[in-house]
Amino acid sequence: MKRYILPLGGFAVLLVFLGVGLRLKPQEIPSPLIGKPAPEFTLTQVEDVRNVFHSRDMRGKVWILNVWASWCGPCRAEHPALLELSRLAVAPVVGLNYNDLRGDSQRWLKEFGNPYQVAAFDGDGTTGIEFGVYGVPETFVIDKQGLIRLKLTGPVTSEQVRDKLVPLVRELNHG
Amino acid sequence: MIPELGNFALMLALSLALVQGSLPLIGAWRGNARWIALARPSAAGHFVFILFAFASLVAAFVGNDFSVAYVASNSNSMLPLYYRVAAVWGGHEGSLLLWVTILASWMGAVALFSRQLPPAMTARVLGVMAWISAGFLLFMLFTSNPFDRLLPAARDGRDLNPLLQDFGMIVHPPLLYMGYVGFSVAFAFAIAALLGGQLDAAWARWSRPWTLVAWAFLTLGIFMGSFWAYYELGWGGWWFWDAVENASFMPWLVGTALIHSLIVTEKRGSFKNWTVLLAIVAFSLSLLGTFLVRSGVLTSVHAFATDPRRGLFILAFLALVIGGSLLLYAWRAPSVGLGGRFALFSRESLLMLNNVLLLTATATILLGTLYPLFLDALDLGKISVGAPYFESVFTPLLLPVLLLMAAAPFVEWKQAAFRDVAWRVSRIAQASLLFGLTAWLGWKFSPTVAGGLMLAVWILLGTALHLLQRLSARGHGVSAGRQAARQPLSYWGMLAAHAGVAVFVIGVALVKGGEVSEDASLRVGDSYVSNGWRYSFTDLRKVDGPNYVAARATFEVRGADGSVLMLQPEKRYYTVQQMPMTEAAIDRGLTRDIYLSLGEPGADGAWLVRIQNKPFMAWIWAGCLMIAAGGLLAASDRRYRLARHAASPEQAPAAAVAVS
Repeated sequence: MKRYILPLGGFAVLLVFLGVGLRLKPQEIPSPLIGKPAPEFTLTQVEDVRNVFHSRDMRGKVWILNVWASWCGPCRAEHPALLELSRLAVAPVVGLNYNDLRGDSQRWLKEFGNPYQVAAFDGDGTTGIEFGVYGVPETFVIDKQGLIRLKLTGPVTSEQVRDKLVPLVRELNHG
Repeated sequence: MIPELGNFALMLALSLALVQGSLPLIGAWRGNARWIALARPSAAGHFVFILFAFASLVAAFVGNDFSVAYVASNSNSMLPLYYRVAAVWGGHEGSLLLWVTILASWMGAVALFSRQLPPAMTARVLGVMAWISAGFLLFMLFTSNPFDRLLPAARDGRDLNPLLQDFGMIVHPPLLYMGYVGFSVAFAFAIAALLGGQLDAAWARWSRPWTLVAWAFLTLGIFMGSFWAYYELGWGGWWFWDAVENASFMPWLVGTALIHSLIVTEKRGSFKNWTVLLAIVAFSLSLLGTFLVRSGVLTSVHAFATDPRRGLFILAFLALVIGGSLLLYAWRAPSVGLGGRFALFSRESLLMLNNVLLLTATATILLGTLYPLFLDALDLGKISVGAPYFESVFTPLLLPVLLLMAAAPFVEWKQAAFRDVAWRVSRIAQASLLFGLTAWLGWKFSPTVAGGLMLAVWILLGTALHLLQRLSARGHGVSAGRQAARQPLSYWGMLAAHAGVAVFVIGVALVKGGEVSEDASLRVGDSYVSNGWRYSFTDLRKVDGPNYVAARATFEVRGADGSVLMLQPEKRYYTVQQMPMTEAAIDRGLTRDIYLSLGEPGADGAWLVRIQNKPFMAWIWAGCLMIAAGGLLAASDRRYRLARHAASPEQAPAAAVAVS
């Protein structure tokens, strides 16, 4: 007798989770890529279309990849923190301009200031997808061996820059 | 005016659905023949009104009526006519209307082809389906009405998402929904049987063709989605374990279990409870898929329109339909008998094993899909589950299914001698093993690829051997051709579907094991060599499309054998939505696909080109098509038509052979 109620019980549990799930925000998702090699990519640069950026040129360096887009509101919010990060110059900050139009992103960088050492242009978002980008902005720390060590989803705050990014980059540089 | 008529037709259809969902059900319970008789005409009326509403929305799209909000946000006057029609299901509201239209068509079909069913049964089946339709109609009318006006009207529409402007958009959603919604028939049969307490072989025989057709459509729908993603998304993948893909794959797996379980219930009268539960679960997963896609509880590459209010409505509906039917199951199932007994080694027990494996595989996918949600809800942090999880968990569960698939048809019903079966398949087992070893050690394939190939050969040989034995077991003076013609279509269906799985496995193993992908930065006049093929960038020109401008590159591709191909990948820019799109160029072949897609142009005229060589890609598609064809063949078996004409299905001549 009891076993016939089991499916109902299982479904009730599922229903509770789905109900709770409706009120959650699924934006903050760390990457399954952590500890895995960062996908390699070759893209043109946002500002200087004659130049091509190869991610493999970053081998041997600890670097930070920030995925951003001109259409993305939260990217505006994290922008001061990124400028601060780039002033500290602990590691090269590379921008990945995700699903964007070149003109818009160039204007964006001119208007708000450019925190990136290099900004790579990923107009149709294929490189972003290889990085498992769910929502913009996202920030990755990649070590000397090209492994992803940290991923931050959502706008980076200056606390995160001070307490997470800078200590991690220093540690990786010494290690 | 026409949109208002469409809206009105939806309301009338809702009223009819409410009538159809109540009176015939009560009639069947009370034995009131007049109320029972209402079921079929009201299903027909419901179909007519829904079809009218659907046609009204199509008319609004064709006539560029941008005073309808839904048309304004999903179409554009520059959009070609066939995409304007497909844009009807390009957004949330219209997909719902398509869902309901297909449900109404299935109901109409049940009403039309159910003349030989007991009237009370028909009334119950149509009554249950009417409740589902009523739920969706309420949902549409209250939260997502496709006929809402936009005042003042837009001057032009915002255009259909360029990703959706493709042949795939015309066929993929209707096929997929035919499958999803088709499971509602099996579901309604199951609920009707539980309500009426009539769970027998006849019930299984009625359910089988409907389930097979729905399952075949679902197969085609998933295939078309994957095929589309492969050429349209521009990076050559074909399955991403995305939440939405999983949502369509789970009902498929349970549906596969269901069509096998129905065989046992029909032939042997066993597994009745189990079969009913599978029918409920298959449709529940279809509804869950709708919820996951439409509510935004999970992030997905596919999720377009999402809205929590809509989510709450679907959740409540889900609770009612699934919760209600599982409650009914818990109440009625204990009184259903166990049916024919069977030994530990028999075809029944192997089919049981197949069911358990498929259901476990479904559970792992459900877990992986919902795990981020569970953890988040319990405040244990946020994670995402990707392809690595699914591939490492799903594949080992599927291996025994593939092993069983070739052997199970050799096993007798009720009780079989293990030695006898082992002796019959020993030679093909040895041959497959030999093939696997040769692939591994001789042809230097990786163990995984060689293992996949070995399993595929095992299934192909097993299927062929079964057919040979069947054809040679003929009486004196009967030619092989006559004997072949005597085999029921359901037998050929099984052979086609099983062989299709083998072909699919070959494709997957070789694509996964042997694909080569390279990025090159090339100018017009440059050449690049990859995997023995030489790619020469010969031309680049601007092309004007109806609603886009494109840069079209021409590549001359030379194979080692001297063959020359011409490939023209494009980079399109859709002007209304200001969206760039990559249009890959693919040369398909029996043993390899050459896949070229354009990346970004540099100012010096150099383009990033992604060059991919995918061995045996076509076999993946061919396998899917064979599986679907198998389902359709089995569904058109003669005995289902016979059963319809027989006065009492129990006395209909049983098929001459045991396998189906």
